[in-house]
Amino acid sequence: MEALLASAVGVLTAAGIFLILRRRTFPVILGLSLLTYAVNVFLFATGRLALNAPPVLNKYEEVAYTDPLPQALVLTAIVISFGMTAVIVMIALSAYLSTKNDHIDMTAQDNVDEAGEDA
Amino acid sequence: MNHWIVAPIVLPAILAPFIIMVLRYHLDLQRIFSVAGTVGLLGIALTLTAQASTGEIQTYELGNWRAPFGIVLVLDRMSAMMVLLTAVLALPVVLYAIGSGWDERGRHFHPLFQFQLMGVAGAFLTGDAFNLFVFFEVLLIASYGLMTHGGGAVRLKAGVQYVAYNLLGSTLFLFALGTLYGVTGTLNMADLAVRVAEMPAEDTALLRVGAVLLLLVFCVKAAVLPLHFWLPASYANAPLPVAALFAIMTKVGSYSILRIYTLVFGPDVAATSGLVGDWLLPAALLTLAVGTIGILGAQHIARLVAFGVIGSMGTLLIAVSLFNAEATAAALYYTVHSTFAAALLFLTADLVISRQGGAITDKTPMAQTGLISCLFFAGAIALAGMPPLSGFIGKLLVLDASRSNPDYPLIWAVILISSLVTIVGLARAGSLIFWKSHETRHNPELEPGNKDEEVAKPAPEPDAGLAFSAVFGVLAGLAMLTLFAGPALEYTRSTAKQLFSPAGYIEAVLKGDQE
Repeated sequence: MEALLASAVGVLTAAGIFLILRRRTFPVILGLSLLTYAVNVFLFATGRLALNAPPVLNKYEEVAYTDPLPQALVLTAIVISFGMTAVIVMIALSAYLSTKNDHIDMTAQDNVDEAGEDA
Repeated sequence: MNHWIVAPIVLPAILAPFIIMVLRYHLDLQRIFSVAGTVGLLGIALTLTAQASTGEIQTYELGNWRAPFGIVLVLDRMSAMMVLLTAVLALPVVLYAIGSGWDERGRHFHPLFQFQLMGVAGAFLTGDAFNLFVFFEVLLIASYGLMTHGGGAVRLKAGVQYVAYNLLGSTLFLFALGTLYGVTGTLNMADLAVRVAEMPAEDTALLRVGAVLLLLVFCVKAAVLPLHFWLPASYANAPLPVAALFAIMTKVGSYSILRIYTLVFGPDVAATSGLVGDWLLPAALLTLAVGTIGILGAQHIARLVAFGVIGSMGTLLIAVSLFNAEATAAALYYTVHSTFAAALLFLTADLVISRQGGAITDKTPMAQTGLISCLFFAGAIALAGMPPLSGFIGKLLVLDASRSNPDYPLIWAVILISSLVTIVGLARAGSLIFWKSHETRHNPELEPGNKDEEVAKPAPEPDAGLAFSAVFGVLAGLAMLTLFAGPALEYTRSTAKQLFSPAGYIEAVLKGDQE
């Protein structure tokens, strides 16, 4: 279980980092999504791994329980990363439509345009 | 409980949706409400600062949940000061945006502006590390909208980079918080401080990893050297009034460094002692050097100011990284100064760009060149740290505070040489933009007919009077900071003293809930 979870975080992070170093916006956004998956799985593990245990304390008897706080944190993180992904997709799409290319880097041409556009 | 503490978050949080839903098609009403909200925020911030200046640390438990379990907002001297700084900066910026017509160039400027204020105020007030992350996201998502406000291909492209970089930063923040939670089992800052101090010394490897990851996140926000690459392109391509407001966002990074690394991983904590300062000081020195070189090499006035922001963050973090009370007092004073200086220069740069474009070359003269060049001159004096403005006092304090550090010759050399280079860079830009342009005009050979005359007379700015008074407002802020340097310093000194005795903070947060 631990090995599976740890390797899942590792593989997702590695794939995410590889993708965010690409030059076009689409792979970069995919990479960012993979990284947020990795961090979500990682946050789950911070409450220690417990199988088939309820996320609440039992007042009447000693039973194993799983820490509910990381689950709340993950939920927050999922919502935020979902919203952020939607934002970057929209901004990247409008950048692609207005520049007619989807390179993520600013080229020398862009900087020339920048000086010209503001004038 | 004192309900004023939550007001700086609640006021913009209510105002922004109200503007979106009710005043969507009424720009005039949006402007009125946005300015009124900002004035209200200023009033609240003044009240809070007056309360905090007594030295008492107050807490506000959201939902009345007890401290380590629920989220608390904490009002101490530093958070009150930073909220006040935000409000004081926001007022001239919103007035400038209205006066220069920037808020008409796209939709929803005012709601995004209010959401930005909410995020910044929340980040300064919160006493919970995960809540800090949430407020970072609030201020970031509003900043994405503001940064791409008005559209345009280059701005959108820069926006993609900015968003991608900050999403990476957020991911890193979550990894850091996860590590800290895994080791300590809490995310409340005061509770973290207690648990970290109790931790056995041989079991701190993961804790140190968490501490350094968190430092990296704050360094991304504060644009410290190897992590500063997002800043020049984003700030230079953002609408410049927005960039002026973003001057406070880098300070959110330096604020968080000060907060976490005095409270949780303070200088007395054995597990992480020396870890932060040792890394931060060289990085800050390099940041200052690179920012200064950027000023010297900038081809565009907005980029020049953006590198100026990086340089001033370098000076600020040099003071922060010394981690003693005297240096921290200097750092807090310099925080206020550098925020105003950056905002003044960004707004002046916008005045220049709207009249003659931003490239630093000799071009045709612009309207109101005398007034604008005076503002640029004042901003340059402030940024370079020359007398008579407050940058001089700030740099002097930083230099004085670093005397006790064994590396002080290096620190002095970097700060003094970079000041000189900054002066050279700003003088080059100023003389090209303001003096050379006039030479061109009066040189009959270079004036081919009426072509230049047309360019020389730009369309009259809408309500330029308001824009100018906003910029002069920022300048007045700098002047006040210089005139009242004594009381300001007294406040920052007692703030630093409060920061370096974290017991009071911990007691206020954890004890206040037993009742």
